[in-house]
Amino acid sequence: MSQAPNHSRTRPDRPAEPPGRGAAGTVDPAEIARFEALAETWWDPNGPMRPLHQMAPARIGFVRDRAAEAFGRNISADRPFAGLSLLDIGCGGGLMAEPMARLGFAVTAIDAAEKNVAVARRHAEQMGIAIDYRAETVEALAAAGQTFDVVMALEVVEHVADLDAFLAASVATLRPGGLMAVSTLNRTAKAFALAIVGVEYVLGWLPRGTHDWRKFVQPAELTAGLRRAGARVTELSGLAYSPLSGRWSLSRDLGVNYIAAAQKGP
Amino acid sequence: MTERVDVAIVGGGMVGGTLAAALAEAGLSVALVDRADPAEQLEQAYDGRTVAIAHATHRLLQATGLWTRLVPHAEPILDIRVTDGPSLLFLHYDHRELGEDPLGYIVENRAIRRSLFARLGGLETLRFRAPAALARHIAMPAGVTLTLADGNEIDAALLVAADGSDSALRRAAGIASAQWDYGQTAIVCTMAHEKPHRGIAHERFLPAGPFAVLPMTDDPVHGHRSSIVWTEKKALAPAMLALPEADFSFELHRRFGPWLGEVRVAGGRWSYPLRFAHAETYVKPRFALVGDAAHTMHPIAGQGLNIGLRDVAALAEVLVDAKRLGLDIGSAAVLERYQRWRRFDNQVLLGVTDTLNRLFSNDLAPLRLVRDLGMAAVNRLGPLKHFFMRHAMGTVGDLPRLLRGEAL
Repeated sequence: MSQAPNHSRTRPDRPAEPPGRGAAGTVDPAEIARFEALAETWWDPNGPMRPLHQMAPARIGFVRDRAAEAFGRNISADRPFAGLSLLDIGCGGGLMAEPMARLGFAVTAIDAAEKNVAVARRHAEQMGIAIDYRAETVEALAAAGQTFDVVMALEVVEHVADLDAFLAASVATLRPGGLMAVSTLNRTAKAFALAIVGVEYVLGWLPRGTHDWRKFVQPAELTAGLRRAGARVTELSGLAYSPLSGRWSLSRDLGVNYIAAAQKGP
Repeated sequence: MTERVDVAIVGGGMVGGTLAAALAEAGLSVALVDRADPAEQLEQAYDGRTVAIAHATHRLLQATGLWTRLVPHAEPILDIRVTDGPSLLFLHYDHRELGEDPLGYIVENRAIRRSLFARLGGLETLRFRAPAALARHIAMPAGVTLTLADGNEIDAALLVAADGSDSALRRAAGIASAQWDYGQTAIVCTMAHEKPHRGIAHERFLPAGPFAVLPMTDDPVHGHRSSIVWTEKKALAPAMLALPEADFSFELHRRFGPWLGEVRVAGGRWSYPLRFAHAETYVKPRFALVGDAAHTMHPIAGQGLNIGLRDVAALAEVLVDAKRLGLDIGSAAVLERYQRWRRFDNQVLLGVTDTLNRLFSNDLAPLRLVRDLGMAAVNRLGPLKHFFMRHAMGTVGDLPRLLRGEAL
């Protein structure tokens, strides 16, 4: 397996205390513990992460198409994004990072849960895909002054402790003119009914307690937060599930799951 | 030497070859392996069959660059007439009821193979290895490794079995298949006749099974030609096949009457046992079945190759979409979409075809009355008839892009 450019892959000198768990970070320790418990099941398409597997094509498609517009790339070419860098914040088991690497991005993927990173790293090695995985926080990367062409935070903002601080650090890792993609759950009654009552309690697709409705983010809050951080939202799209086909697709309904694209000014 | 590709396809017939062309056209790297020598497959004696290419299927062949070479060898079907034994009641499908397009085309298998082999040579990301035998294959977490008899290896993210109804790869994958024998044999030959066929396909239901006369292109040697698919009881077929020329022609003539004038057999006679088979699943991680490897059906509706090519159109679209999203094209999550798209549809068509054969291949008076009344009713009810015609044309359902005539 080759090394991703510009970044060191292994960090034996990392402090024993996991970074970003202090009061200053945006990481919520209870959230991390929840995901640690699920780590081994990331790559089982029929396991607890099934909804994420099903959503992956629609979300990747959204980010891919916005990136193709922003950087003038042709998506039917082989490795269309070669030469561009991408940061995946809250990468989990690497469900988004691996496809993005296959599309040609030099991917750096971070997650505050060490077990996730270990699972993701092992899987990528097995698949022969080069990804720079780190158990690190976006605040640490921002502090180190690292920047990327594309930054994505998918299904992450509803799990962070301080939304504004998180968005500020995320946009700080974005190059001027770069593309930011954020997906999350809206704080609506419909989202409560579907994402929590439906998905966690009725269907049992996700373990109960995976989501806390009070931490869901409304599109206006996200847009305002990104603007304060220095990025302008250029597109908002809902994600809708069709029970008949078992597939997710982009929709105009922002009421439950939605995804935003934002551009950082020059 | 090891070749690394996105997709390895075993079986370079019409289904496997078309899939290879569709994928390579869209930029995926493909290794196509066939144990038979392409030159042998083009010889007259290899295969005397023709296929009915439904209207939608012809769009797939257009989109994959195969149709141009087939045009001179494709006879448009303008009219389909179905009769039940000696009964006068019949179904009549005229293409003009639905517009300008023919209902389909009759093409010789050999012509399709010729067009296919020519196309396969011109695709940059495709390597066609034939004759080449597969010695073994091993599934790894990140892919599957094929070892050929000559020692060469192919690493692929996905292995596709297009190795026919007796698929060795399906058995090796441990996929069971529901199957039964119809106790019927299809006798196939080409018939030269005095009068032109005017683009009419005839299907006549006889007690032993359906007897079909399918319009072929004219030929400089034989003149007007039609392809015969004569379903006979398994026990009687060998005797019929062994009849002297004049007696065989007499048997043909006796079955479809005088409307084509003088007839004689042009070329050889072939026979194929008829059976039903449907695999319990089309996919496993890093493995997919297409065409006859997944399903074998009765030729009564002329749909065998058409549903195989529908599999091709759906699988090609699923794989190309997944590749362009950076997804692992051999993963269960990706392959599940293909299975969901095709297996239920095929189950329905296989079931209908099986029922039709059971309903018509007999001489029971009550059944005959029911089916004749049924045919007469279908013929009079415009909407129901058009529904059947659109099914025959293959233009119904959730069509993959290639079957709508769009590029991937």
